[in-house]
Amino acid sequence: MAGRVYVIGAGATKIGEHWDKSLRELAVEALLAAVKDAGISKREIEALYVGNMMSGQLQGQEHLGALVATWAGIPGVAACKVEAACASGGVAFHQAYLAVASGLYDCVAVVGVEKMTDALPSDVTAALATAEDQEYVVFTGASFVGLNALLYRLYLEKYGVKQENVASFAVHCHKMAVANPYAQFRRAVSLEEVMSSPLIADPIRLLECAPVGDGAAALILCSEGFLKRNPRDEIVEVTGSSVATDVLSVHERKDPLDAAAFRRAVEAAMRMSRVEVNDIDVLEVHDAFTILGVLSLEVTGFAPKGEGSRLVVEGELEPGGKIPTNTLGGLKARGHPVGATGVYQILDVVLQLRGKAGPNQVSEAEIGMAQNFGGVAGTVAVNVLKRVR
Amino acid sequence: MVWAESVPRVWRERVRKYRLIGGRCPSCGNVTYPHRLVCPFCGYEGLEPIELPRRGKVVTFTVIRHPPRGFEGREPYVIAIVELENGARILAQLTDVRPDEVRVGMEVEGVFRKFREQSSSGIIEYGIKFRPVI
Ligand SMILES: [Zn+2]
Repeated sequence: MAGRVYVIGAGATKIGEHWDKSLRELAVEALLAAVKDAGISKREIEALYVGNMMSGQLQGQEHLGALVATWAGIPGVAACKVEAACASGGVAFHQAYLAVASGLYDCVAVVGVEKMTDALPSDVTAALATAEDQEYVVFTGASFVGLNALLYRLYLEKYGVKQENVASFAVHCHKMAVANPYAQFRRAVSLEEVMSSPLIADPIRLLECAPVGDGAAALILCSEGFLKRNPRDEIVEVTGSSVATDVLSVHERKDPLDAAAFRRAVEAAMRMSRVEVNDIDVLEVHDAFTILGVLSLEVTGFAPKGEGSRLVVEGELEPGGKIPTNTLGGLKARGHPVGATGVYQILDVVLQLRGKAGPNQVSEAEIGMAQNFGGVAGTVAVNVLKRVR
Repeated sequence: MVWAESVPRVWRERVRKYRLIGGRCPSCGNVTYPHRLVCPFCGYEGLEPIELPRRGKVVTFTVIRHPPRGFEGREPYVIAIVELENGARILAQLTDVRPDEVRVGMEVEGVFRKFREQSSSGIIEYGIKFRPVI
């Protein structure tokens, strides 16, 4: 029987081009902010999970567990890096959850971090593509954007949806990010700007892609016993945490639009939490590209197949709408420092459940879900959190 | 350098890449490319190597305008999922075609082509690309 697990601390850096900060400094800044928010001593932390994808390629640096623990002044803790491509952050959180739920540790930290602006664009493109099969897929010259574009074209042709409707997802995210002090792009964009931005991999346009950026986010998780010894006002419980994988390469899947891992992870996390789709008050989806945001709404069950973009166009993703989604900007506008993203998503859910989301606060938000994809949804981490009265 | 500029790797992959060797599962009937020991769909151990047909149709495609390292200067080029005549699917680069000529459903055939160079003095990697059937 898994023990109860709570999130008691959250902290992050702004996402952007941090020319003056190293990967380790970003990680430490977020981690210390989360410790301060939790109101505990960092000496209480027993284990540290660092979510990161590309430090080995972009910084030539691995062994992030011991590195971040050392620079944060907590050497001695059990620590390691968790890598699952763009789902590294969500999977690192899952590992932190397991560590507390197992009863082995009472207080653990998770920090997601990625430093992308140290490298040349073609190197970042190549590093992102390592999420796919290097020997038989990337060998063809496919980029990561290109693989998602294959899905996008299939979707538009199968359901006869206009690209403008899917692309509206980016407009929504930019509108939400204006109110988020951590966001990379705190400005609105119009649909015309999105649709006239350059093609990156047809039909995907530049403003349909999450940006390249640097950032780190951290959360402190604890057990029921630890919470009793360190009481606080707003309490958020992790009620469901699930990770699933799919056949790695899109072309090998029976139906590339099926999203098998995603369906499995969502179902498992909801079953664990004993919630139904309509119980969810706030949602964070992995909109690395607009098409993924729209697909997520459909697969989760908020819209029939081919109709997810109607929710976007009709304003149902905004606070007060049918399903408030990416209320602090999502990957598109809050930013997508790859290995940090899964942790930022959960942090945004925690802010909503605490009632601390600012102008985009969803009133009476009680249950939130964060969905984090690695590769083209080859790995999916889904976490469900609940406000405890 | 993020892909393995390795001579042993190219040597190891040469048969599967040059001759398009896939694996047929005697248990569930699926054919996957490349050949490997274990079926990803049913877990059967012992896939049979088969030479895949060189003709098929484009299922979906994209135009790569920002290539990863190793393919700079070749853009724009087309990447597609191709369904071969026996139902197996392969991810492939299209060749001998302009991006604006490519259509879903287009008939294509495999041809032996150069892919990339491992540095200016390194070895050249080859494999099968697909071109429109004329
Ligand atoms: Zn099989």
